Amino acid sequence: MASSETALAAGQRARGIAPFLRSQMRNIAPFLTLIFLSAFFALASPSFATLDNLGNILTQVSVTGIIAVGLTFVILCAEIDLSIASIANVTGIAVAYFTLQESYVNIPNIPLPGAAAILMAILLCALLGLVNALGLTVIGIPSFIMTLAMMQIAAGISALLVRGQIAYKVPGVITTLGSGSIGGIPWIVIVAAIMLLGGHLVLTYTRFGRYVYMVGGNREAAEYSGLNVKLILGAVMVISAVCSGIGGMLGVAHFGSAQQNEFDTYLLDSIAAVVVGGTSLFGGRGGIGNTIVGLFVLGVLNNGLDHVNIDSFLKILIRGLILLAALVINVYAQRLREKAAE
Amino acid sequence: MPEGRQPILELQGITKSFGGVEALRGVDFALSAGEIHGLVGENGAGKSTLMKIIAGVHSEFSGRFLIDGKQTHFRSARDAHAAGIAMVHQELSVAPDLTVAENVFLGNQPTNRLGLVQWRRMAREAGEQLARFGIDVDPMSRLGDLPIGLQQLIEIARVLFSGARIVILDEPTSALSPPEVERLFSTLRRLREQGTGIVFISHFIEDILLVSDTVTVFRNGRKVAETAAAATSKGALIEAMIGRGGEALEHSYTDDLMLPRPSDSAVVLKVDQLSLARSLKDISFEARAGEVLGVYGFMGCGQQELSRILFGKLKPDGGTLAVEGKPKTFASTAAARRAGVALVPESRRAMLFHQEPVYKNVSISILDRISALLLKPARERDIARRQVEQLQIRPPVVGLDLGMLSGGNQQKVALAKWLTFPPKLLVLCEPTRGMDVGAKNDVINIVRDLRAKGLAIIVLSTEPETVLSLADRILVLKRGTVVREFRNEPVSKDRLLQAA
Repeated sequence: MASSETALAAGQRARGIAPFLRSQMRNIAPFLTLIFLSAFFALASPSFATLDNLGNILTQVSVTGIIAVGLTFVILCAEIDLSIASIANVTGIAVAYFTLQESYVNIPNIPLPGAAAILMAILLCALLGLVNALGLTVIGIPSFIMTLAMMQIAAGISALLVRGQIAYKVPGVITTLGSGSIGGIPWIVIVAAIMLLGGHLVLTYTRFGRYVYMVGGNREAAEYSGLNVKLILGAVMVISAVCSGIGGMLGVAHFGSAQQNEFDTYLLDSIAAVVVGGTSLFGGRGGIGNTIVGLFVLGVLNNGLDHVNIDSFLKILIRGLILLAALVINVYAQRLREKAAE
Repeated sequence: MPEGRQPILELQGITKSFGGVEALRGVDFALSAGEIHGLVGENGAGKSTLMKIIAGVHSEFSGRFLIDGKQTHFRSARDAHAAGIAMVHQELSVAPDLTVAENVFLGNQPTNRLGLVQWRRMAREAGEQLARFGIDVDPMSRLGDLPIGLQQLIEIARVLFSGARIVILDEPTSALSPPEVERLFSTLRRLREQGTGIVFISHFIEDILLVSDTVTVFRNGRKVAETAAAATSKGALIEAMIGRGGEALEHSYTDDLMLPRPSDSAVVLKVDQLSLARSLKDISFEARAGEVLGVYGFMGCGQQELSRILFGKLKPDGGTLAVEGKPKTFASTAAARRAGVALVPESRRAMLFHQEPVYKNVSISILDRISALLLKPARERDIARRQVEQLQIRPPVVGLDLGMLSGGNQQKVALAKWLTFPPKLLVLCEPTRGMDVGAKNDVINIVRDLRAKGLAIIVLSTEPETVLSLADRILVLKRGTVVREFRNEPVSKDRLLQAA
């Protein structure tokens, strides 16, 4: 029996290389994009392909990477979270709000010891994630709308906390992780790498990770298999909010200040990283590996455009076009896979 | 094929394989105008694959494909449609949120010169078409609000009236009640008079014999027989299908069958005064360990809703449930599963993950029993291999994507999900629908095994044969109430149909 199984599995693979490649297009296309972009910028600019610049790219994508870990879970479940950037922002502001600021900062804040400030900030983002989760699962608001509301709510809390001012100080450990480095490697890159690795391990090797894929693959079947679909969807919304919060705290330390609208570009960047990497918007396909490739594509693109002589206003358009191309590939990959599975 | 007619459709030496498994091997097939051609064969014999090739769904295959004697190659279902070929697939494909009229005219709504939809005309014509089919519904009502059987009839009507010259019906009668089947057949005969070529696939061999001119039998991807319907019999067809003596295999249940004395073993499930909006009224019954309780009724009698309540998918408006004496209100399907209830719904699509391998489908419901935090893929594969062997699932490859299995084998996987750690109460909806004789017998044997192990089993079906072949005690459901219970007495197909 074992031998016939191998023979058949081999048969499945031996249908020819073309169908195999087609079914793997989701993973191959982003990788080819990355190689192409890197080669292009390396040829176009002598300052691009250097070790220093690689460090720059890694640092530049770290905050996006931390936020994208949680978002990968959400998109794998065929949901979306539009509140990630706002939650990152409010969490970053909260951790500063609970830290003693210099006397010239005119915010009526509540200074706490560093550990307590971090705890309060984490609690806040987890709470906001929980509100997302309850809205989605208990009330039944589509995640697109629920998190759109949360985007405003979190921005509103941010505004109330800083009242148009800028705070600078965050607890020492956050400052270190956000802007320090060890042996030449920035801590923020290490944190991002650890969180991406953790996310990958959870998705690949744990029961919860399997549930995430199955709920994304066929929600009805997951329910008829006796899975607690609402609990799983709720959990991914909370995970997303907490990852965003961590990204926000380290981001504030990285930028050196906490203020309103500081993270606005991270919403699109994080969604782009996950989708460009090839995780299916329809759920159930993709993963952290894809997200990492997506992060590099965005990072190389953003960084490389600074190294070549290009109109800085054109950069925005180019980014938009690359995102569009990735979405087209994403939808095609889904279709090709369905065809291959027939 | 009747003598002397030119076939409108001809296939020669068709071979098609999926993932190294040959689904069709050198099959010839011909259909002429004004012919109803019946196809029979076990699940996975290749009937549906051949039809999907004809309908342009599968575009890669080897062999010759001729229409009106000219060689053709369809690249998509759209090409086939343009050539006048229409197909009703095994699984319902309607738009439940659109109106009946929109569904009938799906894709070619009548429009005026400005390109706007002519609603009144569409409603009138849809109503007329459906009336010819004996369906009397408001064309402007939402399709999803109608019973499944009616939805299926409307889908068939749409295809039949689309003006296609070649119509393929894959298991069209499985969700229909006897009078609906009769209506379908008279429409098919009318279309035959008009020169339409019709291919009719069914597991109901009586239906095939009743309506077809020619019958073709498939086995293991080969065509094993082609004969005039008048020149064959049910026994002969079954024998050709499964390749062993078939007479005794399918019981017709026209004679009385004696139900056993009610069991006095422990009550596993007690349902009291259960009600749900317009679907169910004051349902009360018990299910006992080691007993199969059959629930029979026509489509839309409330069976589906009842099964969903038992598994925590729907919440009842009134009444109580108790499992082993403990009152339960299931907040979710997960709560029902933890309480020891398992459900196999009638639709495979609702139960299985087509893009995932077989072993992940088998293990999904028991993951929390075999792994605390980390997955154990080797253990999952072992468990799946054991189930695949026990239920004789083909091909026996647990790493194959589920979507590559035939319908009947997928149905077995749906059952396999629950069998590693048997539940206390197993609820089966239409467990043998769309299955061939061999697979049906497999399922019957599995259910009997489980009964012997002391499970309480509830079988809900709209097919009298299914209930009669499995149940020790039978409830008849009619418009949401229990109208009759058969126990310790003779029962037959006639008696059941009369009670409903």
